[in-house]
Amino acid sequence: MAASKRSRLRTPTAVVALVGAVALAAVALLGPAVWGSTADTTTVADRMLGPSAAHPFGTDELGRDLFARVMVAARLSLVLTLGATAITMAGGVVLGLVASVLPRVARRLVTGFMDILLAFPWLLLVLFFSAIWGASAVGAMLAIGFAGVPSIARLVYTMSSSLSGRDFVRAARVAGVGPLGVLGRHVLPNIRGPLLVNTAATASVTLLSFAGLSFLGLGVQAPDYDWGRLLREGIARIYLNPMAAIGPGLAIVLAGLVFTLASEALASRRGHGLRTIGRLAKAAAGIPSGDVEPSAPERARPVAEVRGLRVAFPDGDGGLVERVRGVDLTVAPGETVGIVGESGSGKSLTAMALAGLLAPPAVVTAAARTFDGIDLSRPLSRADAARVGAGLGMIFQDPLTSLNPALTIGRQLTEVPEVHLGMSRAQARERATEALRVVSIPEPERRLRRYPHEFSGGMRQRAMIGMALTASPRLLIADEPTTALDVTVQRQVMAVLRRAQRDSGAAIVFISHDIALVSAFCDRVVVMKDGLVVEELDAGRIRQDAQHPYTRALVACLPDMSSDRSRPLPVIAGDGSTA
Amino acid sequence: MNALEIDDVTVRYRRELAVDGVSLAVPQGRTVGLVGESGSGKSSIANAVVGLVRPASGDIRVGGASVVGRGAAVTQARRRTQLIFQDPFSALDPLMPVGASIAEATRATGRRWSREAKAARVRELLGQVHIDPARADELPAAFSGGQRQRITIARALAGEPSVLIADEVTSALDVSVQGAVLNLLRELQRDLGLSILFISHNLAVVRYISDEICVMRHGRIVEAGETEALLRDPADGYTRELLRAVPVLGRRMEFEDA
Repeated sequence: MAASKRSRLRTPTAVVALVGAVALAAVALLGPAVWGSTADTTTVADRMLGPSAAHPFGTDELGRDLFARVMVAARLSLVLTLGATAITMAGGVVLGLVASVLPRVARRLVTGFMDILLAFPWLLLVLFFSAIWGASAVGAMLAIGFAGVPSIARLVYTMSSSLSGRDFVRAARVAGVGPLGVLGRHVLPNIRGPLLVNTAATASVTLLSFAGLSFLGLGVQAPDYDWGRLLREGIARIYLNPMAAIGPGLAIVLAGLVFTLASEALASRRGHGLRTIGRLAKAAAGIPSGDVEPSAPERARPVAEVRGLRVAFPDGDGGLVERVRGVDLTVAPGETVGIVGESGSGKSLTAMALAGLLAPPAVVTAAARTFDGIDLSRPLSRADAARVGAGLGMIFQDPLTSLNPALTIGRQLTEVPEVHLGMSRAQARERATEALRVVSIPEPERRLRRYPHEFSGGMRQRAMIGMALTASPRLLIADEPTTALDVTVQRQVMAVLRRAQRDSGAAIVFISHDIALVSAFCDRVVVMKDGLVVEELDAGRIRQDAQHPYTRALVACLPDMSSDRSRPLPVIAGDGSTA
Repeated sequence: MNALEIDDVTVRYRRELAVDGVSLAVPQGRTVGLVGESGSGKSSIANAVVGLVRPASGDIRVGGASVVGRGAAVTQARRRTQLIFQDPFSALDPLMPVGASIAEATRATGRRWSREAKAARVRELLGQVHIDPARADELPAAFSGGQRQRITIARALAGEPSVLIADEVTSALDVSVQGAVLNLLRELQRDLGLSILFISHNLAVVRYISDEICVMRHGRIVEAGETEALLRDPADGYTRELLRAVPVLGRRMEFEDA
């Protein structure tokens, strides 16, 4: 924790922001003492001078040095900015947090009111409030401060409401922690990060608003002056002495920049800079690409094949983590291959690489990588890309995220036939209807006009399978297709998948963490662990044939309908997390 | 003697009926499995027992005392139950050291704890769930999924419950870790005499850990009984369908009637 904080402070942005903030604070603190007397000395002889060595920004109509006045004005400008920012943030946090714990009716009222305020242009609110509190420095501070409250309150309300649905908040409530305790102990610490970022961003906007208000004559009144007032006075003489306007303008820009950089530095994460990308490219070049011979050409041509597959990802510190470490996998036409393994075993990555679907930041290398005879390790020609696109169907775990919620099912099912197969719209529609019929969706013509959210989970997954079928695929990759479904629905979806395979003759790569399910559906089972294939087995003979201790442990530790209930379950050894 | 009695409970969300007149009992020191599909009302029952949802009608009693409604007696009785959640990643506050999370849960005992007593209790609980007590000051991110689930179990135990509600506690875990968590629950039940309502959609897991099973569908209990007897001879059509859908290692799935 401490280490990551330190390295976050060491980014160039953070260093510049820090230096800038210290400089601003120093000017604000010492400015009036150092330049105060110069700024207030009227010298009639030196009226309205242009910039010179003695007066870098020139002088005003009373002969006062403008540079000194800009420096002195820093204190008032910054104090007002910070004051208004404090009002905005405090008001927003209190209102947002309180709104999130109110009973339903009161919460509706408060959030409704916030929404109404948000509907007004922000400037209108500021002008409205300054009419209430009058055209003075304090009035402007209150006006700008309060005008910002609704948007921050809305942000805080949204963030804390999403947190209050989380289990750890429920757990605290079950343990008897009151609403205020939950806010203080759990909600506030968890929204602190975004709030800090927003504070810095708000400060920069507030600074500009003050300059704007004072420029309009609504803010700071004579004889006091801030940067906005100096700007207003200077702009009148911009043709005679440009520096009279540019000087205070520069001060505003620089201070605004410091606030923006601070917010940037707070928001930034490690490992996204240019340097990391450079190191990544170098590391990718250095990855061993495996030394396995490509498979002999005389064998029956597989649908898809990888040899010596390695997949790596950036680790955030400029290095690479290898998640697949040399995997060979061959899928014959019409075959059903299961890949089983626990989270992080590399099973999904292997399948994605098999389909050529991994994009940067993933670094994929292999001795050979082919799909339907097309070499995937080289850039594809247009025709080859279309063949891969049409020959491949993907089915993911959560169809709600892989189907586009804004398009009808029909629109999404006709895309592949139209784009990849060059069919007319009517033909494509016919194809889509047929696909839905194959996956046992009743009334396919009517359902094509529906949106994904109007389907149940099992029906969405069947539509997804239907979508994969529209392409007349040679290979279907099903990545945990039933994990989000109930067992009875799972059985229906598996039945549909089996029938689709029989009709299309496609090969299937079926990925799951459930070795029983994989063995019940596939011909051949590949067991993966830590990015390596530990064993390949005939699906029907896993219990008898499994040699590798990991496979045997996987089988043993899975409770089934015949496990001995009087004995503890075996636990996989060599796993640091199990005692 | 029943540790937990759910008596003709109905739970409604606005117009939707989530639980429809369910009655079930968890006898002292036993594990009752509640199995059913998503949307069958299992989790609504869990939420009603711990007081996160208020039943529209019916009564829930823990150790004979009602936990429905408000008042000191209800709060007192409700503290005898604790809930363990499905997702170990969202169940712990990411910014709070795990020891502090567990210490916070000691409030549910209703007693005042001195700082030393609390720290000692946290160490004891971590030891009980096989986590090194020296790691109490680490944040949840430093632990694996299975370890986090054991920490949430320790947090539930901190409230000194007589009834534990385990809501899909292994569904987010890898099988290797699932076994360890199931073993831990059995061990704790034996050592502490806990009564457990074990909720899951995984029939094999429910079968392994439960003495009795209730099968739920559309907000009602369609069948209930002793584990072995119920699974050997299921009377309800839905229970049979559920049994048939469980994949068995090495046996090819038949789809003729699906």
